[in-house]
Amino acid sequence: MVQLVWLAVAFPLFGAVANALLAIRRPAAKTAVSIIGVGVLAGAFVVAVGVFNALVHDPRPSVPVVLWHWMPVSERLSIDFAFRVDHLSAIMLLVITGVGGLIHLFSVGYMRSDPGYARYFAYLNLFIVFMLVLVLGASLPVSFIGWEGVGLCSYLLIGFWYEIDANSDAGKKAFLANRIGDFGVLVAMFLLWWHLGTLDFVGITMRAGAVFPIGSSAALLIALALFLGCTGKSAQIPLYVWLPDAMAGPTPVSALIHAATMVTAGVFLVVRTASVFALAPVSLEVVAVVGALTAFVAASIGLRQYDIKKVLAYSTVSQLGYMFLGVGTGAFASGIFHLITHAFFKALLFLGAGSVIHALHHAFHHAHSDADAQDMRNMGGLRRWMPWTFSLMLVATLAISGVPPFSGFFSKDEILGAAFARGTQHPIYLVCWALALGAALMTAFYMARLLAMTFLGRFRGGDKAAEYLHDAPWTMTGPLVVLGLLSVLGGVINLPHFVGGTGWLERWLAPVTETARMTMTPLPEVEGASALLLISLAVAAAAVGLIGGWWVTSRATILTPAQSPEEHGFWRAVYHKYYVDELYQKVFVNPTVWLSRRVLWQTVDAFLVDRLGVGGTARLAEGLGWLGSRLQNGQVAFYVTMFAVGAVLILRTLVR
Amino acid sequence: MLLGPSLALSAVLFVLGVAGVLIRRNAIVVFMCVELMLNAVNLTFIALAQLHGVSGQIMVFFVMTVAAAEAAVGLAIILAIFRHTQSVDLTHINLLRG
Amino acid sequence: MASNVTVTTVIFYVFAVWAVGSALLCITRSNALASALWLVSTMFALAAIFVILQAQFIAAIQVLVYAGAVMVLFLFVIMLLNLEDVPHDWKRWPAWVVGVGLAAVLGTTLVTLHSYTPARLAREVSTMPSPVDPRLVFPEGNALAVATATQGAVGSVAQPLFQGYLIPFEVTSVLLLAAVVGAVVLAKKKL
Repeated sequence: MVQLVWLAVAFPLFGAVANALLAIRRPAAKTAVSIIGVGVLAGAFVVAVGVFNALVHDPRPSVPVVLWHWMPVSERLSIDFAFRVDHLSAIMLLVITGVGGLIHLFSVGYMRSDPGYARYFAYLNLFIVFMLVLVLGASLPVSFIGWEGVGLCSYLLIGFWYEIDANSDAGKKAFLANRIGDFGVLVAMFLLWWHLGTLDFVGITMRAGAVFPIGSSAALLIALALFLGCTGKSAQIPLYVWLPDAMAGPTPVSALIHAATMVTAGVFLVVRTASVFALAPVSLEVVAVVGALTAFVAASIGLRQYDIKKVLAYSTVSQLGYMFLGVGTGAFASGIFHLITHAFFKALLFLGAGSVIHALHHAFHHAHSDADAQDMRNMGGLRRWMPWTFSLMLVATLAISGVPPFSGFFSKDEILGAAFARGTQHPIYLVCWALALGAALMTAFYMARLLAMTFLGRFRGGDKAAEYLHDAPWTMTGPLVVLGLLSVLGGVINLPHFVGGTGWLERWLAPVTETARMTMTPLPEVEGASALLLISLAVAAAAVGLIGGWWVTSRATILTPAQSPEEHGFWRAVYHKYYVDELYQKVFVNPTVWLSRRVLWQTVDAFLVDRLGVGGTARLAEGLGWLGSRLQNGQVAFYVTMFAVGAVLILRTLVR
Repeated sequence: MLLGPSLALSAVLFVLGVAGVLIRRNAIVVFMCVELMLNAVNLTFIALAQLHGVSGQIMVFFVMTVAAAEAAVGLAIILAIFRHTQSVDLTHINLLRG
Repeated sequence: MASNVTVTTVIFYVFAVWAVGSALLCITRSNALASALWLVSTMFALAAIFVILQAQFIAAIQVLVYAGAVMVLFLFVIMLLNLEDVPHDWKRWPAWVVGVGLAAVLGTTLVTLHSYTPARLAREVSTMPSPVDPRLVFPEGNALAVATATQGAVGSVAQPLFQGYLIPFEVTSVLLLAAVVGAVVLAKKKL
């Protein structure tokens, strides 16, 4: 059964090809597109369940699946197109096909009236193909195909409504930011090949310990290069700027690619190459600090955004920071645990937001209002019309805020606990822990603000629009219900000991990160009272944030965007995302544009190459030709004289 | 024998022929100066033939043959040019100007 | 013998001066016809010198073919064209300076050839790799006088011409034929 894992990739690939053909030939055949688009995901999910089940009963922790010899260059360099089914990729397989399938189903309702329906499903299926290749790849090059492929699909889907310039610009921005990260991954691949002579994940894990001593600079360089790739793909400081802009894409895309799956690829990659990171403790500190800082900064920006998707986007960046903090402390299973629970509740949040946007868009459209369907200042009181969406969003909010016993509580608490435990060895982790706790507080705050602004109070979109409001159809609420259940119950896969659990996920993932954990100093246990104190602190942060957010938002008078005054002071900087985009524009983009335009284009290309090189050669030939043509004046006497001069000169050289 | 004076005379005649070719602009006169140069070379052959055998004289024989052929063709060309331009002045013949 | 040599030398120099003077006049006359006649005069002088240099047969041909046939052809063409007497255009003095200057350089170069004695030539040739013995190429002594004495003035020329140089001799007939055909083609108005 495990050998049939290629079917999980083949199904969506077939779907992508079929939908692409339909998009070209029969874009109106939406029923066929829906059946194919969702059906292949269902098939892939069945395969994933089968593979997972087979792996549970398989004595081997990891099974190679070689599909074909890909690059048989030499005896040393021979890369197979191979998958490796192990405990990590199997669980990722389940999450991607499961959550992905639900989001596909949601898209059927959400994108129903879009003219690019078939194209949308072709991209979405293709994304699943690449995402599966990324997690299943047995070696870095194979995974890199998926890594690049998901970037491509992300670009295509962010710019899905490419008729609007801002959307295609956002796609380009995402692509370029990812390109910087991909450069890091490529460098890491070259270095790994140079030092270890292998790119296979198992080979890297086995040889790294033998080749690199602990704390070696080569391992550090490789780890940091890999992490550069992760900051690009997973939107961490300093490359996080593309993710909020990526919200230009359809909302289910934001849920699938920019919340649940693709952006977590960085966390996945760190866990995959944990053995290299473990050999360079500094790199793990970098990962943890960057994660914690990102979590804190992004959460603070989320406090003052009005676009519902922007809030969720910064929330995603912040939660990804959590995951990196988790893997940075060496608690790799905790990072993956949070990845999974986050996939559930963040997909739910995005899909819920999608439902809201869908309903408002519909209502505003019918009421002939040009209000922004994504701006929370145009919402309010939606609980009345959309009870399902509201209750499910509430569940997700509780989960992401870390209220027990929702799934987010367990995963977030584990990361906080691990950071604190590591902090007893190394004080920098204590700073990370404090930042993460602050981020948890802010997360609860902005989530409560989001809910209050959207669902509570009075509807601010106008009475006419209110007439058209209604909850979403079952294809949209159905997936929400399933995700809601998962958000509530997701914690059971890794229940900690203090509530009587066995930490199943941690044991399940143990073989994957065994080498890395043996290299590192083990995490000290936080005992009894202090452990309880930590948990109480986390819960208190969540409670304070939630109640504070609700209280502040419900007391404030919220004006529609047109009436809102300009922000002032510190909040103005927060609203403008600390001007990071503007800073990047000034520091990186403008000099690059200047260099390209002035130096490379106008000086090097236009002047040196074109005018001096190409034009100069032509001028030289022309000049020489002119000189030669002056010799050809048609006067025989002149020719004879020249001939005589030549003859005399030859004679003089011969006669001595 | 008179080898040295003969060669000197040959050189003087040759240089005169070259000067004529370079200075004159009448195509026929230029042509005659070429004949003068050929004669100067013939004199060289004859003078050295005293020393190295009769082969030198045979060379002169061939040179004369070629000169005769050349005169025939060359004068025909000059005739054709004259028919075309009504002139044998070399400065007027510049159709080959680049 | 000594007085004989002296007389010959005197005659040689008379004809030499004649030749140079005629040549000078030939190249300076503005009238093409005069130039041609002075060239004929030069050729007569040269024919005389050829006799002194023991090339009696060539001298005869010089008068017959060159001064006679070829120069008559020249005169014929000059008169056919009926060219006017064009006086020298002194505005073209740069051409004169260049021409005379180049000729002078050539002359001085030729004068330096004076240092190439047969012995030096033989020496320089012998230092170069050669398929033949340089002494055969540059034999010492009075080879022509010996040949003339045994075979006569015409016979000494005829023997190598019709034996060693037979094929080139026959080829010249082709050359002459080609020249005749070419001249006809070029000079005839309509064929």
